[in-house]
Parts: sequence; structure tokens; C-alpha cells
Amino acid sequence: MIDFSQIDTNVPMLESKGLCKYFGGLKAVDNVDMKIMPGDIFGIIGPNGAGKTTFFNMCTGMYTPTKGNVYLMGEDVTGLSAERVARKKMARTFQNLQLFKFMSVLDNVKIGCHIGTKTNMVDSIFHTKRYKQDEEYVVHKSEEILRAIGLYEYRDTMAGNLAYGMQRKVEIARALALEPYILLLDEPAAGMNPQEKEELMEFIKMLNDGGYTIAVIEHDMKFVMNSCNRILVLNFGQKICEGTPDQVKSDKQVHEAYFGKGIIAGEAVKVHG
Amino acid sequence: MEKAKDFYEKHKLIVYLILFAVSLVVPFVIEQALILRYICTIMMYATLAGSLNVINGYSGQTCLGQAGFFCIGAYTCAALTKNFGVSFWIVLPLAGILAALVGLLVSLPTLKLSGIYLSIVTLGASEIIRIIAQTWTPVTGGALGIKQIPYPNLFGLELFRPKYYYFIFLIIGVLFLFITSRVLRSRVGRAWMAIREDQVAAKSLGVETSRCKCTNFMYGAFWAGIIGAAYAPFVNYIESSQFTTDTGFNVLAMVVIGGQGTLLGPIIGSAIVTILTETLRFLENWRYVIYAIIIILMMWVRPQGLLGASDSILAGGKIRRKEKEQGGKKA
Ligand SMILES: Nc1ncnc2c1ncn2[C@@H]1O[C@H](COP(=O)(O)OP(=O)(O)OP(=O)(O)O)[C@@H](O)[C@H]1O
Ligand SMILES: [Mg+2]
Repeated sequence: MIDFSQIDTNVPMLESKGLCKYFGGLKAVDNVDMKIMPGDIFGIIGPNGAGKTTFFNMCTGMYTPTKGNVYLMGEDVTGLSAERVARKKMARTFQNLQLFKFMSVLDNVKIGCHIGTKTNMVDSIFHTKRYKQDEEYVVHKSEEILRAIGLYEYRDTMAGNLAYGMQRKVEIARALALEPYILLLDEPAAGMNPQEKEELMEFIKMLNDGGYTIAVIEHDMKFVMNSCNRILVLNFGQKICEGTPDQVKSDKQVHEAYFGKGIIAGEAVKVHG
Repeated sequence: MEKAKDFYEKHKLIVYLILFAVSLVVPFVIEQALILRYICTIMMYATLAGSLNVINGYSGQTCLGQAGFFCIGAYTCAALTKNFGVSFWIVLPLAGILAALVGLLVSLPTLKLSGIYLSIVTLGASEIIRIIAQTWTPVTGGALGIKQIPYPNLFGLELFRPKYYYFIFLIIGVLFLFITSRVLRSRVGRAWMAIREDQVAAKSLGVETSRCKCTNFMYGAFWAGIIGAAYAPFVNYIESSQFTTDTGFNVLAMVVIGGQGTLLGPIIGSAIVTILTETLRFLENWRYVIYAIIIILMMWVRPQGLLGASDSILAGGKIRRKEKEQGGKKA
């Protein structure tokens, strides 16, 4: 398993300072500071179009920020390409599923093992020791993850043929194969039925107990309020609150921007209380 | 199709042995030199189409300039063996390496491009290579080309009969298939396919897409160069008009008809196109109309090609849900 003991728990796992992303005149993300400490389950919430996904995209190197910086375990990773950031032990999933749809579930996860292996073309042609070790590792690792997430029996199914909720799980499995320290999940429960959601919540908590730091964008308030220890609220690209679930619930601005309007959200608060 | 696959899986060794025996016997059973030359041509194009397939079918880029790499291989061989008396066997890998280096050059500006832009760059590169071949008279013989390319020499035996080329192309083809299948079933090949399936996802998993695309291009160009080097003494005479973009599209047609992203597809495609070229010769230039119709029909009815799977991104990216299978497994 992953060795989490090397992580300095005093340094934020992921930190953003004054992060901005403008699309022309649209300020999708505007001056957002955030701190995720190691071991957090960190929730990011906000109405549709608040800039949550854009924020994730900047953290993971998919977008270059207009302004501001991103720090991963104290290291400035602003402007690094997505593949470089992935190598620094940050993995993610996508809101609108970016699976290798036409590949088997197992192959999807195998590709997640890319940076954990070193086989080059010569190794693969001559089946060198490194090739054999890598292939063994990849199969072992992938199957282990699939077992843990409950997808083992579907390993040979084409990923695109699975039900929507299960495809989300495949994405998480694939991200885990990177052996990340921090996992960014963009609406992982979207499209899942209540039972699947429940299971996913348990699984995320289990990962967190195992040492992973988790950042999760989620619309389901029950999920967020019950599972996250810290929450960031975005609205129109700006941070309106960051704190514990209780702080967020009692924040006036959050109520005005978010809870005040939504009945669903109001109920969620009750559920927790 | 499924049955054939099952049979192959079960009796791999037997299948290989039969194929081996048949391929050994062929040049001795078929006496007519002309037919043997056709078979050689099919095998040659099969490998050339296979090399293009590595780029188009496995990493999902659209290279239209395979004729250029083929051209480099052919001229490297012709110029070196004729002017400097270098042995064919040394030239063979050298031609591959040279083509791969040019492949790297071509792939560099294309890293930021994809789709139609990439295609145009490769097409342009292919034309530039051909025009250099046409113009650089001291080395390439200019418009006259290079005649009487020396035959390869194997322990004093001069290889000029079609029978010998049969074995040269067979060995190159088998080596290509063997090596390529190994590369594809490794981390390297998986990365290529990941790029084909979803580049954003591949990046998010730490796949260095730029580097992988470069190696992919170089790998495809390498084999095109090798096969070009074997082509030169086979036809004995090369000139730049043999390497126009028409040749490139011809090879592309083979890949598309046979099935991109499959190892066997280009072989079938090469056989079909080469046989059509020969049998439709009486139609003269009208046969190109027939090709065009076949390709259009193919794209329409079976975009994944004859051997391609219907469940693939190359089949137009539609997923057919197998509800039954899933329900069964769940229960
Ligand atoms: N590539 C882009 N180009 C232009 N505008 C964009 C781009 N990506 C996002 N936007 C805009 O930025 C704003 C924030 O979008 P974003 O996807 O980050 O919101 P979100 O909080 O994830 O919303 P949702 O809850 O619907 O997923 C939206 O107004 C969106 O239209
Ligand atoms: Mg979003």
C-alpha cells in the first residue's frame, strides 16, 4: 500500500493563493484562497456555474490560472502540465466521465498504473525483467483496487457498457492506481441511486481512514455535511466561506447565496441537526 | 469471426505451425514469377500499412504522410548501396533509423496540433520529402531516379529472384507483427491507446502524451523506412513519382478497409487493394473511382474496417449497451 507516513502533516496538502481564472470577461474563479490539510475530507460546494470544476482544473494543471498560485505539499505547481501534476501524487476524476469507454475495466485501471511503472519499448520487445515485474505489478495492483471498490467481477466488461454509477467507480479506481496522496473527486455521486451513494460515501470515508486526503465537489448536502470535515463554498467564482460544516451552516452569506433559496439544502441542514 | 478467434486461442501453436509450413512452401509451389511478385507486393504493403496503423489505429492520430517515410527508406537504401557499396543488411536498419528521425522532426510541430491540422502537416512533410528526392540530384538522381539498384547479397548469393524477396518481405512482416504485438501489450502500447481513447484522461493519469506521440510516430516511421529499404532492390529502380501522396492514400485505404487498430486488418486491406489494383488494371484510371467508392461505402457501413470491432472508438464512438450481459452478472 501507499506509504503516507512521509507526509508532513503541518504543510497543507493542497493550497491555493489568490487563484483566478477569467474566460474573457467572465470571472469563473476569482481570487480564491484555500487550504486542504493532510487527512482532510474537504468539500467544495456552490450553485451551478460557481466555478468549482474550473477550480479543480487549475489545481490539476488542466487550466493555467489567470492569476494566483497552487501549492501541492508546499511545492509551487502553478502552470505545470496535468501529467506533471499527476506525478506529484494528485489524482482526479471528472464530472462528465472521461473513461476509456471502449476498454475493459481492468485496462482502464492498468493505464492508471502508468507512472508507477517504467517499462520502455526495448523492455517490452525483449520481455526483460523490468517488463515482467511491471506487468505483474500492474495486474496485481489493478485487481487489488478493483476488489476493494467492488468492481472485480466486472474487470473484463467494457467500461462504457457499465451503469453510470459504476462508471464513476471505475474512474475512482483508475485514479487510485496512481497511488496518489490526494484525490480530487468532481461530483462522484452524480447519477448514482441512494444506495450506491451510501456505499460510495462509506468507500470515501474508508479511503480517508486509510490515509488519503480527499477533496470532493458535491451537490448532495447530506453527503457533504456528514462526511466532510472542512468545506469551501464558492459563488460566482468567489469564495464566500471556508470552514467546518457547522461554521458553513451558520454562515449568513452562505444562507443568502445558497441555502436561503434551496429547499433541498434546507432539509439537508435538518438531517444533520 | 468469433469462432475463428476461439479456434485460434485454443490451438495457437497449431495455427502458427500451419501458417509457417504454408508460407515456406508457397514460393516453391507457385512457379510463375509474376504471381510471386504480386504476393511480395501484398506482403510489402501489408507491413507498410501496418506501420501506418500503429500511428492512426493505435494512438489515434491521423498521419497521411506514410509515403514520405517509405520514400526515405527507399532512397537511403538505393543511394547507400549503389554509390557507396554499403551492404543491404546494414542499410536496412539504418533506413529505419533515418526515417524514425525524420518522423520525430515531423511529429514535433504536430504535438500541439491534432485532427485535420496534424493531417495537413504530415501530408505536407510527405510532399517535401518527395520534392527533395526529386531535386537533390547528386544523391537521389533527381528526376531520373536511381536505376539498377544492387541486389542484396547473402553469403555470396545474389538475391534477385522474387522467391528471395518473398522471404525478405515475409521475415520483415513477421518481425513487425511480433515486435509490434509485444509493444502493444505493454505499458507503451497501453499509453498509445489511452491517448487514442481520451487524451485528457490520459494526461490526468500522468501519461506524457507528447512523448508518447513522438515515440509512436517514430515507431511507425521506422518500419515504413525499413520496408522502403527492402522495396528499392525489389523494384530495382526508384524515382520520386513512386512516392506521391497517392501512394500515401493508397496505404491509408488499406488500413481503413482492413480495420484500424487491429494487427491483421492492414494485411487483409493490403491484399484487397493490391488484388483490386491488378485485376482492375483494364479500367485504367477509372479504378481510382472504384477505390473511392469502396472507401466511402466502408466509412459509411463499417467505419471500423472489415476486422475492426463494432464496439470501438474507431467505429464512430457509439456504445451498444449489453443490458442482458450486465443484468445476468448482477443477479
Ligand atoms: N473552457 C471554458 N470556457 C469558457 N467558459 C467556461 C469554461 N469552463 C467553464 N466556463 C464557465 O465558467 C463558469 C464556471 O464553470 P464551472 O464548470 O467551473 O462551474 P461548476 O461550479 O463546476 O458548475 P456545476 O455545478 O454545474 O458543475 C461557468 O459560467 C462556465 O460557463
Ligand atoms: Mg462542475
